[in-house]
Amino acid sequence: MGFLHLFIVNKSGGLILHRPLGPSAPSIGTNEWLRIGSTFHSLHAIAAEAGPVRLPGNKNSFFSIVSKLFVIMDNACRILNVTDGADDGIEDIQGGIVLKCLQTRTGIKFVLTAEPGTPDLDVVLREIYVLYSDCALKDPFYELEMPIRCELFTNAVENLIERVNAEGVGKVR
Amino acid sequence: MNRTTSNILDRPLGRSGGRSSEGSVVSLSAFAYIYSELVQYHQSRAASISELERRLESAGYGVGLKVLEMVAYRAKETKRETRLMSILHFVSSSVWKSLFGKSADSLERSIDHADEFMIVDYEPITSTFVSVPSDLGQLSADAYLSGIIAGVLDGAGFTARVTAHSVKVEEGEVSGAAGGGGVFTVPGMPPRKDKAVFLVKFSPEVLSRDAALER
Repeated sequence: MGFLHLFIVNKSGGLILHRPLGPSAPSIGTNEWLRIGSTFHSLHAIAAEAGPVRLPGNKNSFFSIVSKLFVIMDNACRILNVTDGADDGIEDIQGGIVLKCLQTRTGIKFVLTAEPGTPDLDVVLREIYVLYSDCALKDPFYELEMPIRCELFTNAVENLIERVNAEGVGKVR
Repeated sequence: MNRTTSNILDRPLGRSGGRSSEGSVVSLSAFAYIYSELVQYHQSRAASISELERRLESAGYGVGLKVLEMVAYRAKETKRETRLMSILHFVSSSVWKSLFGKSADSLERSIDHADEFMIVDYEPITSTFVSVPSDLGQLSADAYLSGIIAGVLDGAGFTARVTAHSVKVEEGEVSGAAGGGGVFTVPGMPPRKDKAVFLVKFSPEVLSRDAALER
């Protein structure tokens, strides 16, 4: 499948992990990555405010907003705002590439980019969240909000992507 | 035990339906979080890696002393172990089963030194989620378990020095209990790259005593 990159942004907007997931992922320099991380963080926050109506309770609502604010993409993209009960903000960007974001209740954002047509990005994103809570949060040597240096986490993510590429997402757990 | 205590720490663990023959079932995540805090607590007070290891070992020592009494009582042993090999078998099977639900994966005697033995565990729960950073070198998070072993051995009258080491698993080595996948393999995580080896070094008096009993 065409997974490109995984990056994780902490609740203050700093980048704590960036990782290429496949051979087709373009190489991006460290400074670029830091800029991508903080830009995404700010846009995520702005998008939460830009949704016209917030429905009460946990009802989903879809609004499409054509926006040229996201300068990293060359193509025009649609930013979908979904009120999911937890937090609003960017969840999905479709365009030249597909970007999916999962925001946890603690404000950590897991962002996955992939080529269009890659199936089951949500499931993979949730799995990565589970791996984060296992390998990083239970590690006594990992400080919260700091760059993730846990070998177990990076190995587990690689292993997960390999398994998804080989067998599809049904066999993930 | 008939009076229901209001203090949550005094109540038995888990739901009463969770009682198995080895004891009640506790979530691995809960243990991992508590153990992670224990390590961080000691790390902030230790000045060096070896001091951290010593602190973890002494934390486990008390557990070892109590576990020895409890397991020996529950096994209804009428005689206490006096021979070296029997106490080692007791540790690697009964104590391990009571603590982790499975017996240790192997018990070996060292070829070079007559007083050294090795207990091997392929999936120690204290280091399931731990990634030791490179600046902490050879620290093993399983030092707590080596403290438990040392406590059991000392309590039984066999003074020993126990250290924990992480050894890389060889390519063809069978890891996990027979039947594929040990008790503590976490679904979704790749198989572990290293196993824990607990090196038990007995003091000379113990060996000479054991040799005397041989005759």
